Amino acid sequence: MTIIDCARLGKRYGRSWALRDCSLAIPGGQFVALVGPNGAGKTTLLQIAVGLITPTEGTVTVLGCEAAGSPGALDRIAFVAQDAPLYQNLPVGDMLRVAAHMNQRWDPQLARTRLAELAIPQRQKVASLSGGQQAQLALTIALARRPELLVLDEPLAMLDPLARHDFMAAVLAAVAEDGLSVIMSSHVLAELERAADYLILVSKGRIQVAGEVDDLLSHHRLLTGPTAQTDKQAERMSVVHARRGGSQSHLLVRAPAADPGPAGWESRPVGLEELVLAYLREPGVAALPGPTADGPSRATIGPSKGVRA
Amino acid sequence: MVIDKEADSHSRPSSPIQFQLDPGSGLPTYVQLIRQVEHALRLGYLKPGDQLPTVKETVAALAINPNTVLKAYRDLETRGLAVGRPGQGTFVDGTLGKVALPQLAALRRTLLTWLGTAAEAGLDDDAMDALFSSALRDFSRSRGGSAGAPARQAPGDRRGSRGDNAEGVA
Repeated sequence: MTIIDCARLGKRYGRSWALRDCSLAIPGGQFVALVGPNGAGKTTLLQIAVGLITPTEGTVTVLGCEAAGSPGALDRIAFVAQDAPLYQNLPVGDMLRVAAHMNQRWDPQLARTRLAELAIPQRQKVASLSGGQQAQLALTIALARRPELLVLDEPLAMLDPLARHDFMAAVLAAVAEDGLSVIMSSHVLAELERAADYLILVSKGRIQVAGEVDDLLSHHRLLTGPTAQTDKQAERMSVVHARRGGSQSHLLVRAPAADPGPAGWESRPVGLEELVLAYLREPGVAALPGPTADGPSRATIGPSKGVRA
Repeated sequence: MVIDKEADSHSRPSSPIQFQLDPGSGLPTYVQLIRQVEHALRLGYLKPGDQLPTVKETVAALAINPNTVLKAYRDLETRGLAVGRPGQGTFVDGTLGKVALPQLAALRRTLLTWLGTAAEAGLDDDAMDALFSSALRDFSRSRGGSAGAPARQAPGDRRGSRGDNAEGVA
């Protein structure tokens, strides 16, 4: 089952496009990381997926074949917006009661157990909770809806490192226990590297990179060698980003992990953060799933798809 | 903290060991988990029959993807070091097989002798490390193993790609 399937999706505000020509088929059961600079279109993409805004062009379905925003889809998706919207003046217990009334699917036992684990008293006012506790409360409400897909828009932005760790741990524990799919947008690359199965990089309203994290990492290498040979190497392989020194240069290239690299060049694997930064520096280079020969669950990156800036 | 509460709610910790990541190691997370189990086996922290930490426990403690833990456990199972019991968890099944401990100790002594010679020749730690790594790279290449992919990984293993240099020195 695909959790989000969109084709040539676009959203225009006035004369400017917040999102353009987005085609994606994200397989289910995964933790999907959505990254990109501010204003790249991450929130727009998430809001279209959960049905909060309607696209200007293109099509989108979620969780197999539900139309985004349809009652069937809303029932199966939980969305936590950027500012973790909660009623600040209510005590925690009342906040839960409101959420219980507003949702068809609701698991009161899960909500109570989680709050007890978090040591958040039900009588305490939401406004007096710490940022980390508020994020955990919003997550509790989302999880108590027993969603198949959890959509989180920048949940880590306002949290300190410990709260970030605990929040990620809570989300991933829910994934381990219930097998739900997660899409999370974030700037915190270090946290995502250990959590994500699938990466989407959005830049200037377009999808620049999409694929399984392992596939992406195993198809990129960092080569270090003599600057004099850099142009020659760049001709025979697709270079994402090059840093040239007077005599030594570093090239982040697309090449299979097994490729030993050219003679005289050192070759090492790259990390997710390194990979994302290289693409962010080169908005003209894309790495998108190639023809899906064996279904959408296996996004392949063909070397022929490599585009040089 | 959430995590401690959760661990307490189980009557006792499921395993004699707890996983800990080393962010500076540069190793993929699943390789770190495998190494830690191997290490605990060598040092006697883990014995056959012992349970490994559950997936949920590990995920909640380290904030890592559940598939990473599953991948590490699959690798241990493939090599006969662990066995999964449905509904219960993953348990230590074997001992660190092929190379016996005395043989490992002998190999270590040979290596120490080499390190001594290298130090006498004026190499510092970094130079020795670089020399060893480069020799190991050439060696695995000449044996036909691809430089990056450890021989023990099954082809097509999803997270296999992150296992660069997974076969280090014992």
